[in-house]
Amino acid sequence: MDTKKELVVPRIENGTVIDHIPTEAVYQVAHILGLEKYEDEVLIGNYLSSQKFIRKGIIKIKNKYFTKEELSKISLVAPMASIINIKNYEVIEKIEAEIPDHIENFIKCMNPMCITNHEKIVTKFDVVDKENLKLRCHYCEKFTTKETIRFCE
Amino acid sequence: MSTLKGRNLISITDFSKDEYIEVLDIAEEFEKNPKQKILSDKVVATLFFEPSTRTRLSFESAANQLGARIIGFSDPGGTSVQKGESLHDTIVMVSSYADLIVMRNPKEGSSRYASEVSTVPVINAGDGANQHPTQCMLDLYSIRKTQGRLDNLNIACVGDLKYGRTVHSLVQAMCNFNATFHLVSPQELKLPSSVKMSVKNAGLKYYQYTDIKDVIPVADIIYMTRVQRERFPDPLEYERVKDSCILTASMLKGCKENMRVLHPLPRVNEITVDVDKTPYAYYFRQAQNGVYVRQALMAAILGVR
Repeated sequence: MDTKKELVVPRIENGTVIDHIPTEAVYQVAHILGLEKYEDEVLIGNYLSSQKFIRKGIIKIKNKYFTKEELSKISLVAPMASIINIKNYEVIEKIEAEIPDHIENFIKCMNPMCITNHEKIVTKFDVVDKENLKLRCHYCEKFTTKETIRFCE
Repeated sequence: MSTLKGRNLISITDFSKDEYIEVLDIAEEFEKNPKQKILSDKVVATLFFEPSTRTRLSFESAANQLGARIIGFSDPGGTSVQKGESLHDTIVMVSSYADLIVMRNPKEGSSRYASEVSTVPVINAGDGANQHPTQCMLDLYSIRKTQGRLDNLNIACVGDLKYGRTVHSLVQAMCNFNATFHLVSPQELKLPSSVKMSVKNAGLKYYQYTDIKDVIPVADIIYMTRVQRERFPDPLEYERVKDSCILTASMLKGCKENMRVLHPLPRVNEITVDVDKTPYAYYFRQAQNGVYVRQALMAAILGVR
């Protein structure tokens, strides 16, 4: 009997694999990266068996590599995710998603009275607690947390 | 040369302990001689996007007494703001007309943003529920004036400690001066944990109470704030606790001789009028001190002190 496991999500020749995504965050990661509008192959697998977690999600994006800013977006919803860059079917780089100390531009402040929700202003946050994800707004000084985080459109 | 020249004052944490002291020292000079025409070549813009009595009049009195010209508005009605002009555009325009901008705006963080787009310094005169740093500076001035020092004092804060921004700023500022805090409030209106964390991080102590009578013998300063009925979802709960944070003259028996009662004003009923006649009442003088502190800030930021 052939014991070799079949790949559930096929290999890609060039592009990015985002692995070890928490199952509940897979579609959020796809949305944050704007993959709904990406016009090339995107392969999404969820509730796959994992050695690191019991179940995990994975996304493979053909012919696409991500910027540092895009990677920091992923880290906010999938802090344990691994980002793997592939060229000619070979792994050329493995990056752990890492929450940065400062975040600009893509998170909305949870405070409805914050000036950033009333004028066209680039939002800025200091990350005061990476483990529990607590962000302090540079403008109104209120905290946005894992529970209240929203991304700019 | 002062480090304050050209600086913005948006949040109480923008200035160091030494810079607070510097402002208080300058304010003391202005209290002795408030009418000095040292800003006669300066224009101060006071932009009040929401109504204010004490803060606006105090800033304008301070600027007038120093000879500065004042431009601005006390209500955005009738200005281009009502036509939909952005805060960005208003500030860019005004900063080309004035040497200093004093701004109150109900949007939180608006003053920080204004300071980033303005070419002249900005003083925050209140940005919604966020910061009101000049109130905190005048509170510090009043404490130092009445106690002769800022260090090692017992500060009692009474009333709405949850939503009262003046209390939050005062506690954070007094963490620089080895204070002990006595916090009196209904359960529903306790000091937020983030502010209590600042006290802990400074290695200082705080004690929590629900009855004002318990803090009277120990306090050097009693800082009163208003408990608002609308903060309580259950009106019965408000009725149950409302008297626990009211200060009357008869309660003051047994207080320290030098104790003083402060209040950011306006007062409603949390300090009964019979307290006004006692030697412990300081809240009206406290409001007057606001003029000297604002003179000091404007003079230091404009580089003439």
